[in-house]
Amino acid sequence: MKTKIKFIASGILLVTIMAVLGCTTQNNGSGALSSNVAERAYVAPGEHDEFYAFVSGGFSGQLSVYGLPSGRLFRVIPVFSVDAEKAYGFNEETKPMLETTFGFIPWDDSHHPDISQTNGEIDGRWVFINANNTPRIARISLETFETEEIIEIPNSAGNHSSSFVTENTEYVVAGTRFSVPVPQQDISIDEYKSNFKGAISFIGIDQESGRMNLDFQILMPGFNYDLAHPGRGKSHGWMFFSTYNTEEANTLLEVNASQNDKDFIAAINWKKAEEYIQQGRFREMETAYAHNVYDESTHMATSTIKRTVKVLDPAELPGLVYFLPTPKSPHGCDVDPTGEYIIGSGKLSAALTAHSFTKMLDAIENERFDGEAYGVPILNYDDVVAGVVEQAGLGPLHTEFDTEGNGYTTFFISSEVVKWKVGTWEVVDRKPTYYSVGHLMIPGGNSRKPFGKYLLAMNKITKDRYLPTGPELTQSAQLYDISGEKMELILDFPTVGEPHYAAGAPADLIAPRSKKFYELDDNNHPYSIKNESEARVERDGNVVHIYMSTIRSHFAPDNIEGIKVGDRVYFHVTNLEQDFDVPHGISMIGANTSELLIMPGQTETFVWEPKKVGVWPFYCTDFCSALHQEMQGYVRVSPRNSDIELSWSLDGE
Amino acid sequence: MITGAFFLLALFVLPMWNITLEAPQYPDSIGMDIWINKITDHNPNDIKNINLMNHYVGMKPIPEHMREFEIFPWVIGVMSFIGVAIGFIGKKNLYLAWFIVMIILGAAGMYDFYLWEYDYGHNLDPTAAIKIPGQGYQPPLIGRKEILNFTAISRPMSGAYFLFAGILMSLFAYFISKGEELKYEKEEAI
Repeated sequence: MKTKIKFIASGILLVTIMAVLGCTTQNNGSGALSSNVAERAYVAPGEHDEFYAFVSGGFSGQLSVYGLPSGRLFRVIPVFSVDAEKAYGFNEETKPMLETTFGFIPWDDSHHPDISQTNGEIDGRWVFINANNTPRIARISLETFETEEIIEIPNSAGNHSSSFVTENTEYVVAGTRFSVPVPQQDISIDEYKSNFKGAISFIGIDQESGRMNLDFQILMPGFNYDLAHPGRGKSHGWMFFSTYNTEEANTLLEVNASQNDKDFIAAINWKKAEEYIQQGRFREMETAYAHNVYDESTHMATSTIKRTVKVLDPAELPGLVYFLPTPKSPHGCDVDPTGEYIIGSGKLSAALTAHSFTKMLDAIENERFDGEAYGVPILNYDDVVAGVVEQAGLGPLHTEFDTEGNGYTTFFISSEVVKWKVGTWEVVDRKPTYYSVGHLMIPGGNSRKPFGKYLLAMNKITKDRYLPTGPELTQSAQLYDISGEKMELILDFPTVGEPHYAAGAPADLIAPRSKKFYELDDNNHPYSIKNESEARVERDGNVVHIYMSTIRSHFAPDNIEGIKVGDRVYFHVTNLEQDFDVPHGISMIGANTSELLIMPGQTETFVWEPKKVGVWPFYCTDFCSALHQEMQGYVRVSPRNSDIELSWSLDGE
Repeated sequence: MITGAFFLLALFVLPMWNITLEAPQYPDSIGMDIWINKITDHNPNDIKNINLMNHYVGMKPIPEHMREFEIFPWVIGVMSFIGVAIGFIGKKNLYLAWFIVMIILGAAGMYDFYLWEYDYGHNLDPTAAIKIPGQGYQPPLIGRKEILNFTAISRPMSGAYFLFAGILMSLFAYFISKGEELKYEKEEAI
């Protein structure tokens, strides 16, 4: 009996020692290996995530929707690239969304999503994102998770310092990366200096509809404008842009644009700009840009070309723009939640520069300038700098904030995330990323009200991090728990395309308003039908319109005859379902376009130009029901000179 | 008695019965509310979705018109009117008679409801896509029942509670007035 007790006692002792050892290993080991780390990123089957993350797709041109902390992918919202799965850019309704003054463009490079705000807090109405290559800004509804509007940005090239939202979503700004001749003209590239301009666009947002209007542009000196951030609270009314290539090089920029010890953060007083617009001190400039709007009631997009833009010249308009010298080609340009500090991340430097908004205003008031560039006053570095985070890492890129007064900055070259204290500029913690992190995102971390808790780091390369898939490897994001003093890596997950930036919001801000289906009664598509009895086929010369409906589990009509080779056949298909998650799809053998994927209550159209005589089938492409496989039909195609009458039926009727 | 008779009129503004179907694929469940003169969606589009689902096994669509929808309002209206009238007349035996008639009518109504449910659940389209020998789809008269992948729940709604209360009040009225009469008789005896 005694031995038994001893046994048990020594057993307990052993367990205790092991537990202590275990704890020690846990503290010393990498965060991802400790046992309860997995639990923190785990969302049980059937449970919902706490946050939405809208992650840009970079060269995929799209915007992906993930849940945090699980990293589960819910949806890829097609924005700037065609998406055959969803018929985006393939059906007649959405083709106009991708129209530009260069014609239809099936692809772009999407970079910086930003969620609409009210009083500097994320409000979950819309998310905006920029197309970098052919400059455009898109607005995506967070009720339907569909792209509702795309506006082209004239006088811009490489639309990179975009699409950032002001405190009350008054504007979405879009700044040019490349400076270009404005207006475009046939001149030698060597004439870059003083002939090239950098356009910064202010796109006004209608607070009811979200509709975008290019209110005005500021024609800045010919630098490269990299990123931007709106003022918050006390600095509301200002917009800050990082610049590089203040050398104004036009060749071998990797060397020639990296010579100046300091470039600038441009501080733009947009309230002042509004005053100048009011006073009529703008130039109305001839230009051309496309404005594409998707109407939810007609389920169709329209594209119109607009012809003029109001232009402001900062050289002639005092008080509009100031330059804040900032070390070494700053990339990120981020404002803390109080609005006092503007953080410049000199991407070729080891330090992080924090400018003080108060000191900036003071310097402006006392006109303590250190020269000017193209008529824009340059402030003294020492007059505006509030502090420097010294030796924080190598190659700082981008900063966001938590609820406790900490900043978190990514360092591309040293491949890490660094946590530092706003005000004391001390480094608190650092954690490696795998590898070469670009931007990071803390839900609400770019607003007045960060939600904290998680930090999402978006990496540029993954190397050996995942199972290899040939030369092209997955892109990835990494999730850190930032609720404690030290950051902990809790999850790696692959992303669609290259994630340049993300926007996060609490799920309860967005999920309750997510639309379940479209009301059939509100469908104003000109070719919609509201019930099967309206299903029909009409011919107008060689153009044929099929008014078709879908409901579980059949098409109406499903037998059509009298179509001829050389006809142009429009399938206008209305999904009569009125329950959520019951889409139907359709495609036709040999159709030179994508399938349609039609949500309940919606109408979509695809074009088919039959080339061969015969009887050709179509079927439902979305597994809609138990009898999905029976959901199909035939079209009889006759020779061009045939006199077979148009006829259609469902079950012989 | 008069209040009880008036309670019947609640059936014109409140639904009487509800049948709800629950299944994992319908996280919000789908249901229909039965009134004395119509059947309506419990949530928008519910009947459309019930019909869509049921057509696979050959069940008929939920009817928009039924003979009962024309008869029931008259029955309830007339009985309510009679109830009020006998309330004014104040004869206790008439209260009891009204109570008994209402119980008979109620039972007849439930029987009619059962017959419809039986027909709805058993009279299936012979061309139905899914046929399961011996399987009926009749919803329960009251309570829960598993039907294939669905749980069907049938239960009275606010209108029916007013009806029950109205009927019980007539019985209550009968007992109260009887009590007074007995007392009176006893006094006389003394």
